[in-house]
Amino acid sequence: MRQLRPATIVLLLCLFALALLPLFAEKYYIQLFTKMMIMAIFAMSLDLLVGFTGLVSLGHAAFFGLAGYVLAFAAPQYEAANLWISLPLAMACSGLLALVIGSLVLRTSGIYFIMVTLAFAQMVFFVFHDTEFGGGADGIYVYSKPVAAIAGWEPFTLENHTHFYFVVLVLLALAYAALRMLLASLFGRVIVGIRVNEQRMRSLGYRTFRYKLVCFVLSGALAGMAGYFAAAQFGFVNPETLGWHQSGSVLMMVILGGMGTLTGAIVGAFSMMLLELGLQGLPDVGGMNLAKHWQLFMGGFIVLAVLLLPHGLLGMPRLVSRWLRKPAEAGGMSREQGPRKAGMRPSAIAVDRRQRPRLNGDDRAEAGDG
Amino acid sequence: MDANTFLIQVLNGIQYGLLLFLVASGLTLVLGIMGIINLAHGTFYMVGAYLAFSLSQHFGSLWLAMAGGVVIAVAIGIVLEWLLISRLYHRDHLYQVLLTYGLILIFEELRSVIFGDDVHGVAVPEMLRVSLPLTETLSYPVYRLWMSAVCLVLAVGMYLLIQKTRLGMMIRAGAANREMVQSLGININLLYRLVFAFGVALAAFAGMIAAPVASVFPGMGNQVLIVCFVVVVIGGIGSVKGAMMAAILIGLVDTFGKVASLEIGGVQLLPQLSGMMIYVLMAVVLLARPEGLFGRRT
Repeated sequence: MRQLRPATIVLLLCLFALALLPLFAEKYYIQLFTKMMIMAIFAMSLDLLVGFTGLVSLGHAAFFGLAGYVLAFAAPQYEAANLWISLPLAMACSGLLALVIGSLVLRTSGIYFIMVTLAFAQMVFFVFHDTEFGGGADGIYVYSKPVAAIAGWEPFTLENHTHFYFVVLVLLALAYAALRMLLASLFGRVIVGIRVNEQRMRSLGYRTFRYKLVCFVLSGALAGMAGYFAAAQFGFVNPETLGWHQSGSVLMMVILGGMGTLTGAIVGAFSMMLLELGLQGLPDVGGMNLAKHWQLFMGGFIVLAVLLLPHGLLGMPRLVSRWLRKPAEAGGMSREQGPRKAGMRPSAIAVDRRQRPRLNGDDRAEAGDG
Repeated sequence: MDANTFLIQVLNGIQYGLLLFLVASGLTLVLGIMGIINLAHGTFYMVGAYLAFSLSQHFGSLWLAMAGGVVIAVAIGIVLEWLLISRLYHRDHLYQVLLTYGLILIFEELRSVIFGDDVHGVAVPEMLRVSLPLTETLSYPVYRLWMSAVCLVLAVGMYLLIQKTRLGMMIRAGAANREMVQSLGININLLYRLVFAFGVALAAFAGMIAAPVASVFPGMGNQVLIVCFVVVVIGGIGSVKGAMMAAILIGLVDTFGKVASLEIGGVQLLPQLSGMMIYVLMAVVLLARPEGLFGRRT
């Protein structure tokens, strides 16, 4: 049996702590953590695209929001939807949308891909914003939470916030485990290979387009799962849930935690939500309502994080230890710039890269755009 | 639809298209030459409109406001490039997306702090406040014609600048190979800074001339940004000619989508789904030519 790595132990401890939380926390905190875990699932689904396959999607909220609308349509005013029917339905709808959008957007790469995903997500936004059937700009209410009854027997009820919490926790753990298994499989190796060098994978005989499309659909369906529970928890959906601010903020979660690691997506989601909460609780200073303008500080934070934390929060220990060990060489600069500026041969960069296989997020700049 | 209404709609479509071109050309230049994807580009359009609003109140003249506004926009562009954008050239597009997304949040909130969240209007300048009569009942405002003319002049000027001048030659060379241009003794950093400031100024100027007809409101920049993305995708990245064609095309499609009517099974479809039309157009182009109508095939 493999020895448990320290990271795994920390992970298990966190899971344990999350499982114990409802025992002593108040309702407010239980609901807050439920929301954070839902966003963590959403962030992981995007990380599969951005961090592992190298597809920077700026329209991921479309799949998140669509699933919420599906739940709202499945639960008319006086009836609750059945969880076992409406959840797969919502995920299938999001997956189908991802299939349609994916088969178009995956024909492009690089900068185009970013713009096109944003544009198509915005198209979905307009469909719900400009037409009446989804309640227009105001959105619609999800009057009652889905019922989890199987032939009259109800194992749990989502109306109870503790039950809801545990359902989401289990789903988060399942999604994490499933993605880990997927990434450890041949399929996972191929998609990481596509990120590092798509031409090479193609010349090895892999039909990279199909792999990317499968990834896009899986990611969309998983985002749909998160969106379904988000809509169930908040009790309404509106076009904002599939708007591009949502897409931008989930992308920030992935990067903040450190992309290309599933734990990073979870850490990023939790920290962004906590930061948002903290900023919204800012006091009035000198007659100015800072909390009302919290997005100003969020924007500043994002700019600083991009400049100072290229590898996210999880990359921080490495950054610090590097800085402590080699104070002369390391600065706040991105390490990828180092060798290039010094005029080293490409082979030297390649060697350097092999020593830190996880931190090669910038490789795609050279490898990806074909 | 009779001939006069049709004519008015064509003029409106072209005018909207030319305005889009002004914003999209800055976006496509920054993309094509500097390789920077700038989500905050639409925000500069908004900044321009708010500058026109506040400066025209201060000076009492939209002309002076435009002159002052362009200077401020260039300054904003230079400072942003120097402080932030210049650190992103060697990094993945992902970080460019995030940093400029952060800029959007900052600019939108600053707008909210300074001007509040109300919709404002800007008066059309006195000398252009006339309409050309088409028939006894229909007429066309001269200001819109003037807008189209200004956009056309700028488009031609931009073409000449890029294709015929020494500066344009250096810019094109910089797009092809940054290191080579640098080693030839050209200050590429300064060149990039100018290109970025020029892009900001174009977007802001578009916002200024649009302010009297489109009014000034929160979130106006993001609407424009996404339409401009569609323009750039259809036209092809880095192609100013492509941006021109695509912008006019989108202007016409959008304008006619809003006035045309299409009924299927008694349900009015078109005006409601007109917002979608341009995306359908983009999907068709992506299917036929993923690199855009005027993009280079790779």
